[in-house]
Amino acid sequence: MTVPLDVGPAGNGTERVALVDLLDRLLAGGAVLTGDLVISIAEVDLVHVSLRALIMAVRDGDGMSEGDEP
Amino acid sequence: MTDSSENAVYLYGVTRGLDLAALGGSPGVAGAAVRDVVAGDLTALVSTVRLDEYGEDALRANLEDLGWIEATARAHHAVVDRAARLAPTAPVRIATVYHDDERVAQVLHEGRERFGAALDRITGRSEWGVKAYAHPEDERPEEEAMTPAAGTGVGTAYLRRRQEQRRRQNEAGRRLTERAQAIDAELRVHAVAVRRHPPQDPKLSGHPGTPILNMAYLLDDARVPEFQALVREIGERSPGIEIEATGPWPPYSFIETDGG
Repeated sequence: MTVPLDVGPAGNGTERVALVDLLDRLLAGGAVLTGDLVISIAEVDLVHVSLRALIMAVRDGDGMSEGDEP
Repeated sequence: MTDSSENAVYLYGVTRGLDLAALGGSPGVAGAAVRDVVAGDLTALVSTVRLDEYGEDALRANLEDLGWIEATARAHHAVVDRAARLAPTAPVRIATVYHDDERVAQVLHEGRERFGAALDRITGRSEWGVKAYAHPEDERPEEEAMTPAAGTGVGTAYLRRRQEQRRRQNEAGRRLTERAQAIDAELRVHAVAVRRHPPQDPKLSGHPGTPILNMAYLLDDARVPEFQALVREIGERSPGIEIEATGPWPPYSFIETDGG
């Protein structure tokens, strides 16, 4: 299934940004600061993992298990 | 907790020499206005957010919600992206939240040397992503080989064919790795810094090819045109390989203020 999640956020000449490219950067990039309320980075990394599973579930639609991925 | 604890301050990034008015007044996360917190020559871009959405418990739940993540990621990126096109901007990891503006100012002040160095490093530069995919023709295993012929040694022949098939797959994989390395080697000489991202799951990218490269390059602005031309040229002379560049990105992959 080919569903690039493209949205053009209003911006001066900003091209469409694929969510997957954005998440590569937003979840693993940027300055890591200790916020007052932020969840620890280790947890965010875990979130990344569950996020991928989640997106797969969304992509696959109904009922395909993810067990057979390499 | 005090009475003022209904709200918190969401930090997008740290910039230097940015005129807030030039951002154009577009909203940030959760539709909140984007404000600045200034300390010395550094400007933090922030929004006031509600603790019932960005507090610790709420974040924990919201970070599992794809719709919320997408909306937050796009809003975060929109702010950082506009800022980065106007002034050197160090993006901060998504969902970094402080109690109030004073705390943000304190973080700026305490981290001023690290932020200064990070901003120096990216001034006049931008991040470009390059991904390459191989089209699966040359990796396809032969299907006929799976049907054993009649006669003796069927099991042995089957195993041998399986071995041969695996050997070819390994060989194909090795060739793809070499081609990916060769592409990266050509590109990285134009960059001041390079970072490798994990290959994207085809289910996430929606791309039918085999992902063989997912890189970020930090480029001097002046070298962007030749870099783009090189990417196109590599694509044209690489049968079976699709290569695409995205950018300019804010320098998400080249901010290292960790360890302070």
